[in-house]
Amino acid sequence: MVVDEEVDRLFHALADATRRDLLRRSADGELSVSRLADGYAMSFAAVHKHVAVLERAGLVTKTRHGREQLVRTDPAAVARARQALDELEATWRGRVDRMSDLLAHPTRGENR
Amino acid sequence: MTVTTIDKDPEALTLTLIADFAAPVEAVWELWADPRKLERWWGPPTYPATFVDHDLTPGALVTYFMTSPEGDKHWGWWRIGTVDAPRELTFEDGFGDADGQPLTDKSGQMRMRLFEHEGGTRMELHDQFPTLEQMEEMLQMGMAEGLREAVGQMDALL
Repeated sequence: MVVDEEVDRLFHALADATRRDLLRRSADGELSVSRLADGYAMSFAAVHKHVAVLERAGLVTKTRHGREQLVRTDPAAVARARQALDELEATWRGRVDRMSDLLAHPTRGENR
Repeated sequence: MTVTTIDKDPEALTLTLIADFAAPVEAVWELWADPRKLERWWGPPTYPATFVDHDLTPGALVTYFMTSPEGDKHWGWWRIGTVDAPRELTFEDGFGDADGQPLTDKSGQMRMRLFEHEGGTRMELHDQFPTLEQMEEMLQMGMAEGLREAVGQMDALL
């Protein structure tokens, strides 16, 4: 069971465009923080902070590789948010289908 | 024929749905306003919903339970926000404890609007969850239907 605090960290982490971009770029796990920082107009320190937020949320892990730390995205955490929304979509598709049926056949299925 | 578009935003934890019905606005509104009609579509046949208190006036508490195939009851509630019959309904929604008492610390926000559209009705829903955990709990109430779609894909974000 995931505690609320963890989930809050997860969504705080995902709520920023730079951090989402960092997630995309870290999918292969081959870039160091300094290489990642090259892609933005902001300072290395600012990018380092964004990576730290992602790391606390469990969305990326860092592994030491020589003198560098490589950043890698954890697919499972991101997939969880997507899966929840997919299930919610299925729920509403089912409801809308039943609403349509009910409007087309108002009395069918009554007095079950 | 119901045409549905669904827009999901994993960052904001929102789902926006648009559905078109070949029926007047008043008839679609009745599906929400009449608890006996509401309970014929809110839950799937395998997990039917029963509305206990249902009063669409601002501030009113709507309570319902959903019954699992094993006979377990899972309670939910709405706290009605604004009502503009037959056009707009907003409410806070969440679940209850085993006795049906509302648990208010993890509720979502729903806005439902109806428009006349091409001789029928367009329904627009905006469903916002505060946390992923709350969304998952709602789904565990048995509202998720059918087989889970292929999961684990990162395509939306990555």
